[in-house]
Amino acid sequence: METRRSFLGALLGLGTSAVGALLAIPLARFSLDPLWRTTSQVLWSDVGAAADFASASAPVKVQVAIEQRDGWRTVLSEKPVYIVKARDGRPRVLSAVCPHLGCSVGWNDTKGQFVCPCHNGAFAADGTLLSGPPPRGMDELDARVEGGRLQVRYQYFRQLVPTREVLA
Amino acid sequence: MAGVADWLDRRTGIRGLLHHALDEPIPGGARLAYVFGSGLLFLFLSQVITGVFLALYYVPSADHAHTTVAYIVKEVSSGSFIRSLHVYGSSAIIVVLLLHIGQTILFGSYKRYRELLWLAGCVLFALMLGMAFTGYLLPWDQKAYFATAVGTNILTELPVIGAWVKQFVRGGSDLGTLTISRFFVAHVFLLPAAIFAFVGAHVWLFRKAGAAGPPVPPRPGTTESFYPRQVLMDVAFTAVLILALGLLAWFVPAELGPEANAADTRFLPRPEWYYVPVFQWLKYWPGERALLGIVIIPAVLAALFAALPFIDRGSERRPWRRPFSVGGFAVVMAALVALGVQSHLQDERDPAIARQLTVQHDAVDAFMAEPFEPDVAAGSLRVENAALANPVAAHGKSVFGAQGCDACHGDDARGTDSAPSLVGVAGKYPNGQLRSLLKTPNARMSDGGMQPLDAPDPDVDALVAYLESLK
Repeated sequence: METRRSFLGALLGLGTSAVGALLAIPLARFSLDPLWRTTSQVLWSDVGAAADFASASAPVKVQVAIEQRDGWRTVLSEKPVYIVKARDGRPRVLSAVCPHLGCSVGWNDTKGQFVCPCHNGAFAADGTLLSGPPPRGMDELDARVEGGRLQVRYQYFRQLVPTREVLA
Repeated sequence: MAGVADWLDRRTGIRGLLHHALDEPIPGGARLAYVFGSGLLFLFLSQVITGVFLALYYVPSADHAHTTVAYIVKEVSSGSFIRSLHVYGSSAIIVVLLLHIGQTILFGSYKRYRELLWLAGCVLFALMLGMAFTGYLLPWDQKAYFATAVGTNILTELPVIGAWVKQFVRGGSDLGTLTISRFFVAHVFLLPAAIFAFVGAHVWLFRKAGAAGPPVPPRPGTTESFYPRQVLMDVAFTAVLILALGLLAWFVPAELGPEANAADTRFLPRPEWYYVPVFQWLKYWPGERALLGIVIIPAVLAALFAALPFIDRGSERRPWRRPFSVGGFAVVMAALVALGVQSHLQDERDPAIARQLTVQHDAVDAFMAEPFEPDVAAGSLRVENAALANPVAAHGKSVFGAQGCDACHGDDARGTDSAPSLVGVAGKYPNGQLRSLLKTPNARMSDGGMQPLDAPDPDVDALVAYLESLK
C-alpha cells in the first residue's frame, strides 16, 4: 500500500513537472524575446540622391533623419553628417561627432579642414586626424547607394580611444 | 533521498504539512463533482502568471496601452498565445465558477458551520467579476473602450452618489488615460491582493468545516482521504482545462481591434459573453424605471444569494427537498441564458445593427492583418510633421481638428472605418479642385456622410495647405 502510494506520488510529481516545463516554454520565449531581437536596430536612413554629391568638391553637410526602434516605439532624430568623396569617387559618410569629447565638428572652407570648435582638433578633408587632442580621425559611417539614393546607418562611437568602437 | 526529507522535515515540518493537506477525509469518497474548486485555484494561478508576464510589455496609459498590446500580439514571441491564455482564462474562470456554485447549491454544502465559507466565496465571485470588468478595458481597443463606457455609465443609476461614483471610477467625466490607470491599479494590485486574501480564508474555512460530502448521508466506511483518488480527479480536471485553453489559444488566438476612437459615434458596444445577459437586461429599464431594474432588483438578488445559508437553514441537503434554493438558482441561470439568447437574436434580426457589427468585425480582422506599427517617441522629430514646418499647413491641421474632420478621417488624416485616408488626396484633385470639393462635396462623398465645409477663406486655404502636405 505504502509503495503504491509513493509510486503514484512520484508519477504525479513527474507528470506535473513535465506539464509545468511544457507550459514554461512559451513564457520563456515571451520574456527572452528582446534577447534575440536587435531592439535598438540601426536602420538605413536616407541622405539624398547620390548624384547630388557626385559633383561636390568640398565635404557637404547633411542633416539625416535617423529612425531607431526601441521596443514598441521608434525614436526619430536628426543628426549632422558629412559626405566626402573617396579617391575612387564613391561617397563616404563621416559622423560630425568629434571622437575626442563629442562636440560637433565643422568644415572650414578657407582652411580646407574640419575643425572642432571645442579643443581645436583638426581633420583633413577625408577625415584623417591632422592635429589636436582627438585620439583618431573622424568616424566613417556605413553607407550604400540603393536605387540612386545614398543611405547611411547612423551609429555612435566610443570617445577618447584610438580605435573606432561602435556603441550599442 | 530519505536523508534529505528528514533534514527538511526537522526544519520545516513538511511531512506534517503534507499529511494535513493530503489526508483530509472526504465523507462518501472522492467524486468528480468536487473538482471545480481546485480547477478555479489553478485558473487563478494561471491568470496571475500570464498576467505578470504580460506586464513585461504592457504600459497603462491611453497613448501606449493599445500599441503595447499590439506589440505583444504581433511581435513578441509567444505573445499572442500568452495573451490568449489570459483572455480565455477569464472566461474559463466564469464557467468553472458557475459550475462550482451550482455544485455547492445542488449538494447544499453551504449549510451548517459553512456560512462564512459561503460568504467568502460570494466575495470571491464579486472580485472575479471585478477582475473581468477592469481587465476588459486595458487593451484600449474600440470594444474595450465602448463596453467600459456603457459599463461605467450604469453607475449613474445609483441614487444620490451615482454621478460622483462614476467620476471617481473613471478619474474624470470621460474615459481617458486616468481611467486606464485606475483600472490597471485595481486589476493588478487591489483586486488580486483581495483575491489572495479571500482564497486563503475560503480554503482555511473549508478545511475547518471539513468536506461536506454528498447530500444523502453516506454509508459508513465510505470515507476516503483526499489523496490519492480525489487528487487524481482534480489533476485530471486541471489537465482538461490546460488542454482546452491551450488548444483554444493556439488555434483561435484572441483578437485585438483598432485603437479606441472616442469620436466614432457609430460604434455599437457589445460586452464579453458573460456580461451580455446583464447588457440585455439593461435595455428593459429605461428612464424612471432604471432605479428598480438596474439597482434594486440586482441588489435584492445579490443579497438573497449571499444570505442563502441563513435563509435555507434546515439540515435537509437533498436538492429535491429544497425547491426554493435549487429552483431559484436554476430560474436565475435560465433567465440569464434567455437574456443572452435574446440579445443575440435582436442583433441578428435588426439589419442596421447586423451590418454595423459586420463592419466592426471586419475592422478587427483588418487591424489584425496589418503589420505592427510602432509608436513614435514623444519629443522625437516627426517626419510627417516635418512637412508642417509650413505655418499655414500647421494652422490647417488645427482647422482639420476644429471642423471635426478628424472624427471620420482620423487624427492624422490616415482614415478610419467611416472615411478614407486623405494622404495623397491633393495629388488626385489638383488646381483648386480640392478646395471646391471641400465646399461642395460630390455625391459619393455626401453619401458617405461628408459635410460641406463652412469656414472663412483663410481657414479653407490653411486646410488645403495641410491636405497638400499629406504625402
